[in-house]
Amino acid sequence: MKTSRYIIGLLAILTIFTLIIFSPLKILIYQHLPFLWLLKRGINVILLCAFFCLFRVVRGPTSADRIAGMDMLGILIIGICALLSISTGRSWYMDIGIAWALQSFISTLAFTKFLGGKDFDE
Amino acid sequence: MNNILGCVLIIAGLVFDFIGCLGLVRLPDVYNRLQASTKCVTFGTCCILLGTLLILGFTTAGVKCILAIAFLLFTSPTASHALIRAACKANIKLSDNTLTNEYKK
Repeated sequence: MKTSRYIIGLLAILTIFTLIIFSPLKILIYQHLPFLWLLKRGINVILLCAFFCLFRVVRGPTSADRIAGMDMLGILIIGICALLSISTGRSWYMDIGIAWALQSFISTLAFTKFLGGKDFDE
Repeated sequence: MNNILGCVLIIAGLVFDFIGCLGLVRLPDVYNRLQASTKCVTFGTCCILLGTLLILGFTTAGVKCILAIAFLLFTSPTASHALIRAACKANIKLSDNTLTNEYKK
């Protein structure tokens, strides 16, 4: 029973990766690098990871799970912004990434202060 | 040469990101999930930013990548440490397979 569940999960991951490799993706390209198709698929991989984080946010048993999912989502956005700044050749995507990371850090600290109670500062 | 090295770093970062988020889904507990995902996702994103720096060179986006790496290495362990401490103060239960709890004797 357990091995069949592992096999089903492995097949699901393999189908997701084939969908990532063969799915069409339309991004305007201004630079001509030798491995650019691979970077475009990398954006799909990070979007899959963001889907995992959203799964943990929706179906977390406790509230700390939801906060952890939002924290990881905020870190993953920086990677998407870096890959977009490579593939489109525009530098202000990294501005979006830095601002998103700062906002995610402050919101995580606020949520943990809400979760920890009054004597969190000591 | 810089392009190939940057692409290798970006692939390594993507693999680390995927393994970290798989640990966020699969593991049984809040503490295990954060222990798996924080280190892997932070290291993977730092690898992606280093690869971006190697591909783009010292342009505007490259220097912003250095800034983002420094900022990420400061903020991410702080946030996860505060989250774990708050979860331990809020009495969130550990999983059933846990042997000892050194924090609350």
